[in-house]
Amino acid sequence: MALMNLITAINHTLDLALAQDERVVVFGEDVGVEGGVFRATVGLQKKYGEERVFDTPLAESAIVGTAVGMALNGLRPVAEIQFSGFVYPAFNQIISHVARMRNRTRGQRYLPMVIRMPHGGGIKALEHHSESLDTFFGHIPGLKVVVPSTPYDAKGLLLSAIRDDDPVIFLEPSKLYRAFRQEVPEEDYTIPIGKAKVVKPGSDLTVVSWGAYLHEALKAAELLQAEGIDAEVIDLRTISPLDRETILESVKKTGRFAVVHEAAKSFGPGAELVALVNEGAFLYLEAPPLRLAGFDITIPLPRGEHHYFMDAQRMAAGLRQVANF
Amino acid sequence: MLIQEYTAQLIRDYDALSGRMLQILDENGVVKEPELMPALSDAEWLELYKTMVLTRAADDKALQLQRQGRMLTYAPNTGQEAAQVGPAAAMAKNDWLVPAFRELGAWLYRGVPLKTVYLYWYGNEYGSHFPEGVRVLPIAVPIGTQLHHAVGVAMASKIKGENDVTVAYIGDGGTSTGDFNEALNFAGVFNAPVVFIVQNNQYAISVPRTKQTIAKTIAQKAVAAGIPGMVVDGNDLFAMYAAVKEAIERARSGGGPTLIEAYTYRLGAHTTSDDPTKYREDSEVEAWKPRDPLGRMKAYLISKGLWSEEQDLALYEEYGAYALEVFRQVEAEGEPRVEDLFKYTYKEMPAHVREQYEEYLQYLEGKVD
Repeated sequence: MALMNLITAINHTLDLALAQDERVVVFGEDVGVEGGVFRATVGLQKKYGEERVFDTPLAESAIVGTAVGMALNGLRPVAEIQFSGFVYPAFNQIISHVARMRNRTRGQRYLPMVIRMPHGGGIKALEHHSESLDTFFGHIPGLKVVVPSTPYDAKGLLLSAIRDDDPVIFLEPSKLYRAFRQEVPEEDYTIPIGKAKVVKPGSDLTVVSWGAYLHEALKAAELLQAEGIDAEVIDLRTISPLDRETILESVKKTGRFAVVHEAAKSFGPGAELVALVNEGAFLYLEAPPLRLAGFDITIPLPRGEHHYFMDAQRMAAGLRQVANF
Repeated sequence: MLIQEYTAQLIRDYDALSGRMLQILDENGVVKEPELMPALSDAEWLELYKTMVLTRAADDKALQLQRQGRMLTYAPNTGQEAAQVGPAAAMAKNDWLVPAFRELGAWLYRGVPLKTVYLYWYGNEYGSHFPEGVRVLPIAVPIGTQLHHAVGVAMASKIKGENDVTVAYIGDGGTSTGDFNEALNFAGVFNAPVVFIVQNNQYAISVPRTKQTIAKTIAQKAVAAGIPGMVVDGNDLFAMYAAVKEAIERARSGGGPTLIEAYTYRLGAHTTSDDPTKYREDSEVEAWKPRDPLGRMKAYLISKGLWSEEQDLALYEEYGAYALEVFRQVEAEGEPRVEDLFKYTYKEMPAHVREQYEEYLQYLEGKVD
């Protein structure tokens, strides 16, 4: 066991994957010599050489498209997109090729590849550096979409992603990169993709969140607890495919549901989760389900971002309404 | 000097900005540059010619069937067969072919069955499922995207220590995309063993080459990426074979990527959905017809006493009948199975997809009102 934060856990996991499987290659902008702008790949090029850990020219479409070719020819590429707001030029590759290869060849060719990128905001970053893209990726059939919220989960989920025979979009909450440390075992373990986790059991209200917001949601649950409201908090962990069972089971128990996420509200993951709850547990509901999500506005520049991103107080205010309905 | 060395030197010293075009066999079927003639036997050239005829016959049959309403949208290859078969023949057995979408001659030569090709245009995903061991990627419709895959495949070969080369296709329109330029740049930086072939057929649907770029040649786009580029007569089987063979061997021996501009002409429509008479003059098409790659190869083979007009006609008819028979099989078997539509989105069907599949089956079986 060692104490790790999210970024050191990812670095440690990539190290482990590179050591275990010679098909694994890691690349992206500033990934090699510098070790990544967030230091996710620091030391790896020195250890595994320039053929397996390398810098690429500045071209996101090429980074993803080249990973497609590598995966088709027997490698297990782990590509890094420096910031999620820079991934758009690669959407053509992700949507037209990454997500579709298995289906369009009727299972003959498939893409065991991972696209990692920082996710979400709240760290006073530059313009285009605070986006939550879970909505976009979650909508595309053929992709798996993962968002870890702890160093321990990041390791287990990233190892699952690298070993998965389907493409995985791995969204790393940048706010959590250095937020806290946790005991992470040195040895190999995986956490299954597609499984949510009940982080705090409760009986009055189901709250689903993920990424950095999960931690705020837990704080909000503590505030409510002091008021006698016992919220159950679920870390979704995987956006696609959704763990419907864990959510529905919880809602059937509590009768109340709220989802909390960073991305803009309209057409976001919250809409999907509310629809899921309505379809699967409507008759158990004692209050209208609630979406606590980003405003439908462009994420403000750093001086104004605190208006956009929710803290535990604001979340608690929303959750209280569902609990007391 | 050995023929291959001579070609190598020619490509090495080639000035992409000159606009000069490599041609070995002229429009009349006469070998103009015997010193560049690749060392294939008469029988081998005849086999390549036959693949070109099969490509033409299969194309003609597909167009006929499309007009009868039996085939869906189809992208014909007519006039570009040499730019397809020549490079395919220059590849080694384990080399990879990364298509755009108009390379029927190359696919057939590399072992993709005509039935599979027809199945694709018929509208069935099994048209991108090739026999095991055929190293051809499925076609790429989005324009330009496939060059990244080619670079990735080539980089993987290099990383794995295998000496396979990747040959990738794109059209003249595709060279205006960011992906084209990114891919050339990546290939150069990583010294990827890849050969890019641009089938410059002068049109991207209706937009002529002159409105695609004001660059003198497309080959010169290689200059900015720091890799060799060369214009080759795309209607000349010998020149296409020779140039691509040299580029492949150069890549295989660690020399890096090459861009080959195959200067050709699309005698037919972009696809069966457009009408070329709306955007180009008949006189232009007529002027290109004598430069047809099949015509000049036929003239060459006849002049060498290897072939005759009668044999040619008989072969075309034989292949036409064969193509029709293949298409009948596609019609008989080409309906997709419902299960297949759901089964391959992921390795294992997730619960929500399975639920949608099962609900739809119930509906189909009449169990839902």
